Amino acid sequence: MNWLAALGVRSLAVLYRWGHAAIFFITLLRAVPASLRRIGPVITQIHAIGNRSLLIILASGLAVGFVLALQMYYALVTYGAVESLGLIVNLSLVRELGPVVTALLFAGRAGTSLTAEIGLMKAGEQIAAMELMAIDPRVRVLAPRFIGGIVSLPLLTILFSAIGILGAWVVAVGLIGVDAGNFWSIQQNGVDVWRDLGNGVVKSAVFGVICTAVALYQGYETEATPEGVAYATTRTVVISSLAVLGMDFILTAMMFSTP
Amino acid sequence: MAKKGVEVMVGLFVLLGLVGLVFIALKAANLSSFSSGDTYTVMARFDNIGGLKSRAPVRSAGVLVGRVTSISLDPKTFQGVVKLAIERSFQFPKDSSAKILTSGLLGDQYVGLEAGYEEDVLAPGGTIKQTQSAVVLENLIGQFLFNKAADSGSSAGQGEKK
Amino acid sequence: MNTDPLIDIEHVSFGYDDSRIILQDVSLRIARGKVTSLLGGSGCGKTTLLRLIGGVHAATSGRVVFDGEVIDVRDRTQLYRLRRRLGMLFQFGALFTDLTVFENVAFPLREMTDLSEPLIHDIVLMKLNAVGLRGAADLRISEVSGGMARRIALARAIALDPELIMYDEPFAGLDLISMGVTAKLIRTLNDVTGATSLVVSHDVPECMAISDHVILMATLGRIVAQGTPAELMASTDPEVRQFVRGEPDGPVKFHYPARPMIEDYGLGAAP
Repeated sequence: MNWLAALGVRSLAVLYRWGHAAIFFITLLRAVPASLRRIGPVITQIHAIGNRSLLIILASGLAVGFVLALQMYYALVTYGAVESLGLIVNLSLVRELGPVVTALLFAGRAGTSLTAEIGLMKAGEQIAAMELMAIDPRVRVLAPRFIGGIVSLPLLTILFSAIGILGAWVVAVGLIGVDAGNFWSIQQNGVDVWRDLGNGVVKSAVFGVICTAVALYQGYETEATPEGVAYATTRTVVISSLAVLGMDFILTAMMFSTP
Repeated sequence: MAKKGVEVMVGLFVLLGLVGLVFIALKAANLSSFSSGDTYTVMARFDNIGGLKSRAPVRSAGVLVGRVTSISLDPKTFQGVVKLAIERSFQFPKDSSAKILTSGLLGDQYVGLEAGYEEDVLAPGGTIKQTQSAVVLENLIGQFLFNKAADSGSSAGQGEKK
Repeated sequence: MNTDPLIDIEHVSFGYDDSRIILQDVSLRIARGKVTSLLGGSGCGKTTLLRLIGGVHAATSGRVVFDGEVIDVRDRTQLYRLRRRLGMLFQFGALFTDLTVFENVAFPLREMTDLSEPLIHDIVLMKLNAVGLRGAADLRISEVSGGMARRIALARAIALDPELIMYDEPFAGLDLISMGVTAKLIRTLNDVTGATSLVVSHDVPECMAISDHVILMATLGRIVAQGTPAELMASTDPEVRQFVRGEPDGPVKFHYPARPMIEDYGLGAAP
């Protein structure tokens, strides 16, 4: 019967961790209205999280746009359907690659830095100091970063998709010789603002919530040692990435199941 | 303090994002074509709508005049009921006809409107009486084979008569 | 002059979980307006006691009474109200690394009061002046030394003129000059503002020099002795003598409990 007890213990431990994380998330949400009263820290965080990610997001978006255009060209040219190149790249980016790839890059770049920062602040007793000064660290430290992440990721996603489309334009119209007018008009006909672009933005907002909340939680709960922080940053990337990919599947099924 | 610089950067970041959004929406998606507002809705019934989808274009003489807003099945007559949103600046005579056509050989399907000759125009909520269903490829092939069989049968008959 | 104790620890026990008990049935009083030192070796629960007074943790049994009010950790309004009356100096300063020195000291003023910026500016400079660092106001935290960081943290702790100032190991890792400065500051602040100071430390000479009352603790928070510095220095209790004289062996053993040496070196079984 020992293994039965062990199974019970493990299951309870898992439930406990999930519950702990859920409570953290709810208290984080409750801290958001209060932290919006002081816009200063929120602006600082949008800068730290969003602006500092611009370079890698733009570079990746451009590269993905180039490569996607090239690869799709090779596939389409056999069917004489090269004219649809712009449309295919656009839809791939705006519906899927934009939200997902940006979220994964975000988890790596901004998520880990959030985790490490919060973890080290906790280790240096800055969080405890704030609590003893009767200031809620969730309002002052965590919520501004949370809002910063939710605001930044959709903006970054849009920029990723936009620069990807421009990259595809360079390859298709500049290199391959697709007609410029057709390149844009076929996209204008085939891409719906609300269904494709809008859903992509909704996806990126959901991913923003996930990646930022996970990063903050891991940082807040980490042990104050070098190994602890290293482990926590690893967990941030792994959990964020898995959650993003999982949610993407669910959201895609919900949003794009009926043509 | 570095505060002002940070605020400017964040403002630029948000502005850049909005510009990107507007760029995609206008240049690479269908926002520039009218979405709603000055349109009126008419209905058309088809025996077979083929591959017609919602938001498919409605064209007259090849020019875009509206969009398909919804497709449903009439439970009594078992016909496809298609609702079209047409720009108010285009008024079609009451006896105009609607056909489901294919753009190109194997492209997306759209609704083609041919203007009729009556004086009165279609009112909002009105129904287009003349419709032609979509061409279904299987039926076409079946018809072709049937014709082919009939031809060889009659030519065989001809041959026998000789 | 109110002669009630400011803080009353009544039969408090505390542990992070069942296996790690830090304090067991500890009772003591902190007098108003005096400098009280909590001395003891590492791990005897001194810092934990500070945390209990600050309401960071809840005692598993017993009560912590602050100025006649029993601290209820779940009552956030009460905690907020009581925490406004205390200031804590953390062991390594716990300064906010993303702010400048000035902003660190201004932090409690900006968060907890509605004072105007010019007024805050003057108050911050006055507090920094009290710790001798008025000229360092514009430095970033990464640019200050350890000793300076402690003093800045002290300026921040007294920004709201608290009634109770708690010091967690204020002398740890400081050179003699800095130690002297810190000790002088603790004493002077206490006398000038009429606050109550609670110093947690294992630095005997400095604490004895500035305290009105000394409490010596051992593992699990057991109180070995308490009294004026003179009384403790003259005590004949072997535990007290070992601590105040810093003798390596005595009631607190030098060796961590181990098997007999013969067994460890594989020379045979113990006789």
